[in-house]
Amino acid sequence: MSARPLDCEEVIERLFEYLDRELDERQIADIEHHLARCRDCFTRAQFETRLRARVSAAGTVTAPPRLHQRIRQLLDRFNDGEANTHH
Amino acid sequence: MPLAHPDTQAPMPLPQATYRGGSGIGMSDRDIDNRQHWFEQRLSPLLDRLYGCALRLTRDPDDAEDIVAEAVGKAWSRLGELRDPQCFDGWLLHILNNVFISEWRRRQCRPQRPATAEDPSPDELDSSTFTLFQQLHQPFLLWWGSLEEQFFNSLLHEDIQQAIDALPDPFRVTMVLVEVQGYSYSEAAHLLGIPLGTVRSRLSRARALLQKTLWEQAGDAGVRPDDGGTGRQRP
Ligand SMILES: [Zn+2]
Repeated sequence: MSARPLDCEEVIERLFEYLDRELDERQIADIEHHLARCRDCFTRAQFETRLRARVSAAGTVTAPPRLHQRIRQLLDRFNDGEANTHH
Repeated sequence: MPLAHPDTQAPMPLPQATYRGGSGIGMSDRDIDNRQHWFEQRLSPLLDRLYGCALRLTRDPDDAEDIVAEAVGKAWSRLGELRDPQCFDGWLLHILNNVFISEWRRRQCRPQRPATAEDPSPDELDSSTFTLFQQLHQPFLLWWGSLEEQFFNSLLHEDIQQAIDALPDPFRVTMVLVEVQGYSYSEAAHLLGIPLGTVRSRLSRARALLQKTLWEQAGDAGVRPDDGGTGRQRP
């Protein structure tokens, strides 16, 4: 941990880098030391974590049947291509 | 998420049973069948993720399908370059991102299409310090109960998707790489060919804009108390 503990403003400033795992071990320890003792910053961190999980989930969408079919045809073509090349 | 960058190191072969040698020369039909089976087994559970990421990047279902198909084709033809079969998911997503970015750059080079401005409009500047948390945790709203709870309960998958899609291109793409896919800032900078500082500033603006949009949507949904709190019925 650093000689001087971080204040709330410093923690909020680095919060996203912390959540994005962009900080080094010592910086992480400093932030977590503060979060374990400050309800306001802890609540904020919880909120951003929760929102972030929902944002990340937006990157998964049920692929339409048409795409499944297209991939199926593509894979079949790969197989034919390989077979023709190596026969 | 472990990322495998396809171009950086010498290929690690797939398991012996499914793949022999980088060139494929001398592969029997059975080897080919095994290899294709191996590929399909890994691709199948990943398709919704590939399509979802492609859709967030392109915002267009047809374009998204095109880049997924192109990425799958590339992945198949470069399967010998996959060093660690455990990294298949990250490797294929990485190929997909590269397919999208090349196409995106190509389109940006077209003179008839105005380049997306990096400088924020006055409205965006206005939004650059916006935080949803502060809106949901204003002291005078505490009587309202847990507004945050209400916000999350009424937040639909589509609300988030629409808010991401509404971001200007450079902000959206950076956010999808980092927040949706888990790239590090330096990996995103490398992929997009931009400085690290630009990744940071785009991310920070993207987050503020996204949160502002979600707050406005929450107003439309009647979650905000200043809208009377009547609460639009949501499924
Ligand atoms: Zn604090």
